[in-house]
Amino acid sequence: MTKKLAVLLVISFFSAVLPVGIALAGPTMDLTVSAAISLKNAFEEIGKLYESRNKNTKVLFNLGASGDLVTQIKGGAPIDVFASAALKDMDKLDSAGFVVKDTRTNFAANTVVLIVPSSSKITIPSFEDLKKPEIKKIAMGNPKTVPAGRYAAETFQYYKISDMIHNKLILTENVRQVLDYVYRGEVDAGVVYSTDAMVRQQGVKIILTAPEASHKPVIYPIAVVKGTKNEQAANSFVALVTSEEGQKILSQYGFKPIASAK
Amino acid sequence: MDDSLLFSLKLSVQVATVATVLVVMVGLSAAYLLSRKNFPGKELLDILLTLPLVLPPTVTGYYLIVLFGRNGLLGRYLYAWTGWSIMFTWYAAVLASFVVALPLMVKTARAAIESVDENLIRASYTLGHSEYRTALKVILPLARKGIVAGTILSFARAMGEFGATLMIAGNIPGRTNTMPLAIYSAAGSGDRSQAAIMVMVFTLFSGFFLYVASKLSRRVL
Repeated sequence: MTKKLAVLLVISFFSAVLPVGIALAGPTMDLTVSAAISLKNAFEEIGKLYESRNKNTKVLFNLGASGDLVTQIKGGAPIDVFASAALKDMDKLDSAGFVVKDTRTNFAANTVVLIVPSSSKITIPSFEDLKKPEIKKIAMGNPKTVPAGRYAAETFQYYKISDMIHNKLILTENVRQVLDYVYRGEVDAGVVYSTDAMVRQQGVKIILTAPEASHKPVIYPIAVVKGTKNEQAANSFVALVTSEEGQKILSQYGFKPIASAK
Repeated sequence: MDDSLLFSLKLSVQVATVATVLVVMVGLSAAYLLSRKNFPGKELLDILLTLPLVLPPTVTGYYLIVLFGRNGLLGRYLYAWTGWSIMFTWYAAVLASFVVALPLMVKTARAAIESVDENLIRASYTLGHSEYRTALKVILPLARKGIVAGTILSFARAMGEFGATLMIAGNIPGRTNTMPLAIYSAAGSGDRSQAAIMVMVFTLFSGFFLYVASKLSRRVL
């Protein structure tokens, strides 16, 4: 082995080992929270609050459509806490045996709304008007994996327009993608939560609110995932979400607070 | 085989075929230009045509949205004149596949054209043939190995395109869900058996395609 090669190998070895050394140096812990993407802004703030109270813990958020998150956890993803935008997804995880007993609780509610780009001039007095030919594309989450998509489908069914607007539907991977499509003007209308519309007030406007009777109740449950390596931290995170401070943050972002055990 | 699976397979083949035809037309022209001509901006063109090869498909997808989205730099004019947007249509899937497969064609065809013996080309000119005739009758036939290879690579790349396609065509069942997208959805929603069937069908199809392609290229070459 030439001298140069030996030196190179030694340098590579140390630069590979160094990050591990730094990581082991301090007692930092990671808490991974899989949460419905509509919770992004509220949970990121709650996460910062949690980190300020627990200096040795870093909260990592894994955001996406609740259905995708369930599939990941069932596939063995190392998640500590799970929060979904519908009871159905939590039920699915529960029946598959991934929820730690007695940690499941409902922590927020939301409303389903129809939004259009702020610059849109189309009038939509009622959901039935989505049949209008001026409305060519309507975005909604894919009902297979996105709770907001299921609520949208239920609402369309309620107003008996599902068949008529079927060809106009653009299905997305998650609810924030619907928001983005409407914001960019790629579609004429989209179904999101009122809390999502709040995040993009300058670009979209809420034109209709789906009545509660038109879809299943939009309730967000949270639970500790079985197999978590940080059960204590996970439990205290859930406790923060359901605490008065957590509920206050949620309501600041437009969620309706309900801290009740299921 | 399930209806939706057949649809996805048919759509993938359709999109890849149309994209490959476009790639061959544009790619051959570009390869010829780059290998045989000198002009200002030649290096820039080369870089632009190669970029989709090195950029992640999501970056390519992002640029395509910026250009062809309903409010995009080019898309807004298209929408203003025709009321139509390419987003969420199978044409967008073709566009995505075209852009990512083009560098493969340009690179392999250019290398093939550059390796054609210059003496043969000069001989053709001295015999009185025009540049067009020389290109068609002398250069391209002599470069056919690389061109065929480029075509096969492009088709394969187009069939497997995922990231950029997802961004501009969307993943709409029955409309734009090509096989890679459909497999992604099935796997994501936990529909393991559907995903497994599609993966198997796609692998068999790809294997069959490679077999046919190698048989054809042996005949052509």
